[in-house]
Amino acid sequence: MATILTAVGFMAALGLLLALMLVMANRRLYVYEDPRIDQVEDLLPKANCGACGTAGCRPFAELLVKREIEPSRCTANSSSLNQVIADFLGVDLGVDEKRVARLACAGGGNVAHVRATYRGIPSCRAAALVAGGGRGCAWGCLGFGDCEKACKFAAIRMNAQGLPVIDEDRCTACGDCVTHCPKDLLSIEPLSHRLWIACKNPEFGALAEQHCEVACTACGRCAQDSPEGLIQIQDGLAVIDYTKNDLASRVALERCPTGAIVWLESGRVEKGRDARKVVRKKALSA
Amino acid sequence: MADVLNLFQRPKTFGHGIHPVEHKELTAGQPIRRLPFAPELIIPLSQHKGRPAIPVVKVGQEVVRGEPIAQADGFVSVPMHAPATGVIRAIGLAPTAEGPKTPAIFLKVYHAASQQVLYGLDCEPERMNAKNLIHAVQDAGLVGLGGGAFPSHVKMKPPGRRIIETLVVNGCECEPYLTCDHRIMLEHTDALMRGIRIALRATRAERAIIGIEDNKPDALAHLRARLPAHLPITVEAVKTKYPQGAEKMLIKSLLGLEIPPGGLTADVGVAVYNVGTLAQMGDLLPKGRGLIERVVTVSGPLVERPGNFMVPIGTPLRFLLKQVGLHGAIGQVILGGPMMGMSVASLDVPVTKPVSGVLVMEREESSQKDLRVYPCIKCGECLNACPMSLNPSLLGELALVRDYATMAGQHHLDHCFECGCCAYVCPSNIPLTQYFRIAKSINRDRKG
Repeated sequence: MATILTAVGFMAALGLLLALMLVMANRRLYVYEDPRIDQVEDLLPKANCGACGTAGCRPFAELLVKREIEPSRCTANSSSLNQVIADFLGVDLGVDEKRVARLACAGGGNVAHVRATYRGIPSCRAAALVAGGGRGCAWGCLGFGDCEKACKFAAIRMNAQGLPVIDEDRCTACGDCVTHCPKDLLSIEPLSHRLWIACKNPEFGALAEQHCEVACTACGRCAQDSPEGLIQIQDGLAVIDYTKNDLASRVALERCPTGAIVWLESGRVEKGRDARKVVRKKALSA
Repeated sequence: MADVLNLFQRPKTFGHGIHPVEHKELTAGQPIRRLPFAPELIIPLSQHKGRPAIPVVKVGQEVVRGEPIAQADGFVSVPMHAPATGVIRAIGLAPTAEGPKTPAIFLKVYHAASQQVLYGLDCEPERMNAKNLIHAVQDAGLVGLGGGAFPSHVKMKPPGRRIIETLVVNGCECEPYLTCDHRIMLEHTDALMRGIRIALRATRAERAIIGIEDNKPDALAHLRARLPAHLPITVEAVKTKYPQGAEKMLIKSLLGLEIPPGGLTADVGVAVYNVGTLAQMGDLLPKGRGLIERVVTVSGPLVERPGNFMVPIGTPLRFLLKQVGLHGAIGQVILGGPMMGMSVASLDVPVTKPVSGVLVMEREESSQKDLRVYPCIKCGECLNACPMSLNPSLLGELALVRDYATMAGQHHLDHCFECGCCAYVCPSNIPLTQYFRIAKSINRDRKG
């Protein structure tokens, strides 16, 4: 009996001592964390996409509470929820222009020639490692849809010609597709950049056109007629200076003979009237 | 007596590996022949590992066969020489076997240009010191002609305090179809021996071992009979097995040494040279010339007149295949051997320094077989085949779930040198090697 009592008493004393240590530790090592961080985090999409420039939603919430970043920087969230966050924290919503992923290639299967058929794992990355994927144009889209698979928001869908189409409403500009494209064709651009060069082939004239009907041939007509250096020819490609974006208009489209310059508005791709009409729907043969 | 003893001696080898069908009988008996010049040669500025060469010619300039047309950019780079007499048509982008278009010099060859090399300055490698020899090797534009394309002179001067004790001369030629090294050993023996002597002097190595697979008894006997008496050179037969010619495997077979992970052959005091490289070295250095042509095996089921040809660097595949003739529609054209070679997407790709073979495969061959990919049945064939003793089966499953970090971290993906043994033996047709190439490319991107 005495043994049991000693044991119980010892365990109780030990428990009390350890509990006391825990209490002391809790007092001394207590870290104050703003309860608003948790509340703000609950209002964020928790996609951890990184489009805001931070590592994820929690670090973003911490910065929000510290008022070091504006709520509108979260592009994955709806603007109404961002407004709720702004009201909750009593800060300005901020103006951050919506940005989306843009594809610098228009070479679908109906306009871009195929030199050799690739019969391996259906992935752009895999195809790019085997002789560049077999497309005539060494810079163009391979069309196996690595970007479609990488997109967490289902904003990318491959069309019938094997080109990714980006849903501007769903795109959160997280940049996952940008890192997955082995040909570096995707980039994140503000929506206001409507004038767009949909080609990355640096070759000139017939060399560029030999493999793709909608290639930029660097003919320079767009640059000649562009206002104040808006468009320039650099390394065999037309390049738009977006610091002069206010000058951009549909006029440039009318100068382009191949349709490599496009105007992107409300999810549609507009080409000039002089651009070569390609009515073919089927893929070109090898 | 020695012959009798040899009967009981088993050829040296490494663990694992595979035995693919050789198909070498198509070209093994064909002596090396020359071809006419193509009307236009395309010389890419980056045919080697390291920085691309810098052109020293202008468009419209006339060059003679052998004249330097591009200079090396730093130590890990080599110059280029004009493979034929002609005029520089352009310096622009040309297709490569890897895919991306890279800068190249387009040389329009003069009609009836001579095969005679008119450029060069005779010298005596026997009297040069190691430093000057290394310079001379770089000036000759020599790179590993077995397929690695690593500048030869860089291997002669290993970084840090490493020293080269043994020179391993690689005459294995373990890839099916290829016979160019076999022919070089039989026909360019004197140049090969001169090359070994130069490499021994430049690396200050104590001895040289020529490793030859035992499916080439004629080359073994031929070289054994012509070994210089006063030099520490020996010829060793190694077992016919793929990938015996991979430098890590050959070092293990001949010397029993293993290169530490991520290390160099110089870490174990070895430098490995292909017989083709050394034969060119022995031929070019005394004449002060540059590398402008190489022996290429043109073979495969579709080639009408397969053979071994001395092909000027920059010859477009289209021209080369026209010379040998084809019957039937091309299914696949491979540069190098069928195991590790690269499929090309365009016949405008030129023959470059590391191209040891051009193989033309037929379309039917690939479609007759069942190419459907089945799930892994854990048979373990790939584990028995992998010469690096990796677990391709597990790596393949990790690749399917895209866990590339674990593949590199815990399962040593970086040791894989893409020999293709695992995919070759896989009864489920799983494209393991391709998975690993994707994984390595993604890991490289992430690191960079």
